[in-house]
Amino acid sequence: MASDATRLDVQTNDGVTVARFIDNRILDEAVIQVVGDQMYRLVDDHGLKKIVLDFQSVEHLSSAALGKLINMKKKVDASGGQLSMCNLRPDLLKIFKVTKLTKVFDIHKNVEKALKAF
Amino acid sequence: MLFSQSFSSDLHESASVQQQIMDIWLKNGVSDGDLPDLQLALEEGLANAVKHGNQLNPAKQVKVECQLVDDCMIRVTIEDEGPGFNPEEVPDPTDFENLDKPSGRGIVLMRAFMDEVLYNDRGNQLTFCKRCSINA
Repeated sequence: MASDATRLDVQTNDGVTVARFIDNRILDEAVIQVVGDQMYRLVDDHGLKKIVLDFQSVEHLSSAALGKLINMKKKVDASGGQLSMCNLRPDLLKIFKVTKLTKVFDIHKNVEKALKAF
Repeated sequence: MLFSQSFSSDLHESASVQQQIMDIWLKNGVSDGDLPDLQLALEEGLANAVKHGNQLNPAKQVKVECQLVDDCMIRVTIEDEGPGFNPEEVPDPTDFENLDKPSGRGIVLMRAFMDEVLYNDRGNQLTFCKRCSINA
């Protein structure tokens, strides 16, 4: 069972926040719930506007995790902010391609390129 | 038969069964390259059965069977006690108007990562298969 331990490594520099997922598989329902809540708090509690989600550690995620990411995108858009993603491994990128979510999310090769896009 | 078990419709029970099946796949030499895809399909199939099929009703059971066929194919069958559904009637999550909906992508993912994904006529039993590299 997932604990409420931090599942995102968050660093903010020059107004841009990079949130790196710690788990390598975001598949388990309990993990997804905690990851989702911690992402949402970046916007709801901390009022962050420019956020990069770094998937460097992530090998796989499920459709439920995609749902959390879509809700996160809506939340950021509604607050007038910008959300982007980076460091998706080929297997992970395949998940976004087959679900056509590459049309929804702003996906970059690495953190540097994501930061430059703001 | 590698695995056969029924469990109560509870997400913790489902996670436990998922881990047991993963351990069996590892023990039987399923390659590291195939395991993540199989785990993804298993997670999606079990979540659909527990949440959508049985509506998280702990009085209803989910039955899971896993076989190794011809020494090279993993076949998983997941059956719930719900009324079933017609997978053809599920809105296509890749249609433009559905892209920002937060759910409904499980079947698309299973079809992308498995060689075959089938439902019975009632729609309460899922079977998926994947040809795998098996380390002797």
